[in-house]
Amino acid sequence: MSEGAIKKFMFVNRKAPYGTVYALEALETVLITAAFDQDVSLVFMDDGVFQLKKGQQTKGIETKNFSPTYRALDGYDIEKLYVEQESMEARGLTEDDLLVDVTVMSRADMGKLMEEMDVVLSC
Amino acid sequence: MKFAILINEGPYQHQASDSAYLFCKAALAKGHEIRRVFFYHDGVNNSSALTEPPQDDRNIVVRWGKLAEEHKVDLVVCVAAALRRGIKDDNLAAGFRISGLGQLVEAGIEADRLVTFGD
Repeated sequence: MSEGAIKKFMFVNRKAPYGTVYALEALETVLITAAFDQDVSLVFMDDGVFQLKKGQQTKGIETKNFSPTYRALDGYDIEKLYVEQESMEARGLTEDDLLVDVTVMSRADMGKLMEEMDVVLSC
Repeated sequence: MKFAILINEGPYQHQASDSAYLFCKAALAKGHEIRRVFFYHDGVNNSSALTEPPQDDRNIVVRWGKLAEEHKVDLVVCVAAALRRGIKDDNLAAGFRISGLGQLVEAGIEADRLVTFGD
C-alpha cells in the first residue's frame, strides 16, 4: 500500500439491522477502514435507517443487539453519519428516534455527496 | 485501469458472483488489471471446495480458481465471514486464500475503482 494514502470511503447502509447479517458485517468493515486511517462516511437510507433506531431489543430473536456500536463510532474518529431524509420520513421516524447525532440530508444532496467519494460500498 | 472487486453474495443463489466473473473476464480481455477479488458476507461461499454443481451447470468455484491461476488474480476470502459460514483452510478451494478485512480496505485504496457485486 502506498504510504499515507487517504481515500474517502463511504458506506451506504440500506438494510434493516436484523433479518440479514449485512448491517452487522458492514459495521465490521467500517471499523477496519477507520483503523486504516481512511476518511470514513456512513450513510443510512432505505430500511438502513432502522439500524440507528433507539431502543432496539433483540432478546426475542436471540441475536446480538449491536446497536451500541454506533454510539462508539466517534471513539474511532468516525463522525460523518448521514441519514437520508426521504427514507427516514417514509418510515415515520424523526431525528429524535435515532441513537446517535446525524446529519439529515435530502436524496438529491446525498447524490452530490456520493460524487465526492473515492470508494462507495453499499449493502 | 486497476480494478478491485467485492462480491457479497453466494454462488448459484444469486447472480452477483456470475456477473463479477464475467466483468473480470471482460476487463482482463480489454487489458485492465484486476488487483484483487474480495469475498464478503455470503460471498465467502464462492470459495467452498465442497461445492458440487450438476455436470451440465457452470462450476462457479472452480472457474474462479482458474481465472486466478491464469491471470494472477488475488482471491481473498474474509476470515470472520468465512468462519461464521463454515469455510476454513480445510475446505478452501484452489486459488483462494483466507485473510482479513484489511485486504478489502487496501484494495479500495490501491485500485482506481472498487466495484461491488451484491444485492
